[in-house]
Amino acid sequence: MSPIGPAARLHIDWTRCDGRGLCAELLPEALTRDDWGYPLAAPGRVRSGADKSNVPVTGAELAAAMDAVKLCPLLALRITRP
Amino acid sequence: MWAFGRVSGLVSMVLLTASVLLGILARSGRPLLVIPRFSVTLLHRNISLLAVVFLVLHVAPLLLDSYARVNVVDVVVPFLGSYKPFWQGLGTVALDLVAAVVLTGVFRHRLGPRTFRTVHWLSYAMWPLALAHSVGNGTDGTSAPVVAAAVVLCVAVLAAAAWRMSAGFLETAAVRRSGGNARKGWGRP
Amino acid sequence: MSADTAVAVGSGGNARTAASRLFAAGANAGHAAHLAAYGAMPHRGRGWSLVQELEASGLTGRGGAGFPAWRKFAAADLARRPNRYARRSGGPVLIANGAEGEPLSFKDATLLRNAPHLVIDGLLAAAQALGAGSLFIYAGADEQAAVGAALAERGDAGHIALVEAPDAFVAGQASAVVNFLETGRALPRDLAGRLAESGLKGRPTLIHNVETWAHIALVACYGAGWYRSAGTAEDPGTRLVSVTGDVPSELVLEVPGGSVLEDVLSSAGVRVGGVGSDAVSAVLVGGYHGRWVRPAGMVLSAGVGAVGSVRSGVIVRPGAGVLHVLGAGRCGLAATAGMVQYLAGESARQCGPCMFGLPALADVMTRLAAGTGGTGLVREVERLAALVSGRGACHHPDGTVQLIHSALETFADDVRWHLAGQCNADQDPAVQGVSGQGPADPAGQGVAGQYPAGVAQ
Ligand code: SF4
Ligand code: SF4
Repeated sequence: MSPIGPAARLHIDWTRCDGRGLCAELLPEALTRDDWGYPLAAPGRVRSGADKSNVPVTGAELAAAMDAVKLCPLLALRITRP
Repeated sequence: MWAFGRVSGLVSMVLLTASVLLGILARSGRPLLVIPRFSVTLLHRNISLLAVVFLVLHVAPLLLDSYARVNVVDVVVPFLGSYKPFWQGLGTVALDLVAAVVLTGVFRHRLGPRTFRTVHWLSYAMWPLALAHSVGNGTDGTSAPVVAAAVVLCVAVLAAAAWRMSAGFLETAAVRRSGGNARKGWGRP
Repeated sequence: MSADTAVAVGSGGNARTAASRLFAAGANAGHAAHLAAYGAMPHRGRGWSLVQELEASGLTGRGGAGFPAWRKFAAADLARRPNRYARRSGGPVLIANGAEGEPLSFKDATLLRNAPHLVIDGLLAAAQALGAGSLFIYAGADEQAAVGAALAERGDAGHIALVEAPDAFVAGQASAVVNFLETGRALPRDLAGRLAESGLKGRPTLIHNVETWAHIALVACYGAGWYRSAGTAEDPGTRLVSVTGDVPSELVLEVPGGSVLEDVLSSAGVRVGGVGSDAVSAVLVGGYHGRWVRPAGMVLSAGVGAVGSVRSGVIVRPGAGVLHVLGAGRCGLAATAGMVQYLAGESARQCGPCMFGLPALADVMTRLAAGTGGTGLVREVERLAALVSGRGACHHPDGTVQLIHSALETFADDVRWHLAGQCNADQDPAVQGVSGQGPADPAGQGVAGQYPAGVAQ
């Protein structure tokens, strides 16, 4: 994460996400998967509990994050402002 | 023209089958050997769109062909055709379903997941209709190679469907199964 | 809990000076008794603003989170102006949330049954201030009759809709309430923004706990200065607490903000500082989403304020106002494990980490409580807790994690015993549960400065 902060945040709607893992593949630096397959902010990526559902992404990752929004089979992702 | 319509029809059938198989694989959340999950999804989408292209190539020439005697209404409304109306009607129904599935797929971000998923389920109805139409309607539908190909496609889709319904279908099924039981009775039914 | 509650004190007084602010009109107060105790809502001049008065009063939400009540108010006030819905459909939506999913809490039910007119007054005052058109009271099945009668009995509340809340733990989460009113399903929702800006059908929606609405009525009626005459600077006014567990009888008390926990317990008839089997081991403050504390030196306060400015003591947030007493001889870990089991069962099963993580946590906590399983259990609890917290559409996972963390901290000694395969509580952990026998509470027993709105079970 650059010192100037995230370029955007990737919001995960947990009521929709089914943990299919596409987003974690597209954003390997930002997301891993938890025990059950759901996207998990990579270690060191989030500062507070609230960030876990709004994962900060860098400018370089923004395009991949938008792809994830488009490809998520359950429309569970959304880009929000930092 | 007539021959071209036949060949493009068979190609769309193969592509539709591939799309159904890839769709089921994508739903399982698994990568395909070395192909990552998002590529499986992209492949599923692109092959479906390719199938649509071939469907257009399949239907449009028949419209122009005087021998086939197919008009615009027959393309949309089933069971009105003059040549084998039943088998052709199955193809028409399948075509309508493809149109619904593709349109809701393209606009799914606007329609929301519920509509998208409900309509997408129609793919499972579309596929057997399309196959029946290929075999029953085609002039060479009963020839040995076509029948053999139809059997292969059938086995593949049936196997995938059986896998789809099995308990271990989801990539994460094993670890998730240890979870608690569903709580029932949320609010008004 | 629940059944026939009767307010024991404060019948027919003047609310300005009565010992109990919320129950000043007495038990099962009708509109006449209510008016006699509180008077009619005064007419205010142009310069007077309810939002400003609320800010000055320092009132915090009584539903659990404890945020300053005026903030949501101001947000709804702001949002209604440019919003295109405002003119079209009658302005902001106001909801009084009386769904107590929390099994240890019954103060909201008690309030709705005994002082429904105060809640209604709060809603009406806010509706006037905000130009709101749609008003709802969302309450459990057992409170329908009392609230319905109160609404019918007065001429100015015909437009308030009474809605029956389903009996589920998360049915009281704000987004679940809005979802229920829209779709009939009391499931929490993924929130893009604040409900105060876009809630029910996109309209600015102000949702408060019913007790908060009652306090809003008091502020509207008597002003912020009077409101602050009880409680501390950091935690002004009074609050209702439900006292349960190993107590002579389970009851609801009205206590001033910044009360010393042990004083509150002793006014509920609990012997504090005692030794032996009837001593208090620990208290769960705030309910199943709250935290365990050893009562000595604890102060109940929603506001922290500057360090040292509150009476000497460690501050514990009262959350939803539950004080659940664990007697000596009971195993805190076993009690917690049972609660986590319950909470796992109450997951709305919409969000993966909550749906799978809570049962996994319950499983590990149960093994820890049973004294079976290796020394890695605590690390596994911590790992799972980190996996579920912050990863749900509502606060259910976070609340559960808070309960578990506080248990590991407060019962650290017991954890060590359990890991060694022993439980040092002298009772079978299998008989953990709520015990509420004993003589009915003599309500007048409260210490000076407490207002026992004692409610016998
Ligand atoms: S791609 Fe969508 S459904 Fe899949 S894990 Fe990511 S958010 Fe969840
Ligand atoms: S976090 Fe849990 S309780 Fe809350 S909405 Fe999600 S699944 Fe339901």
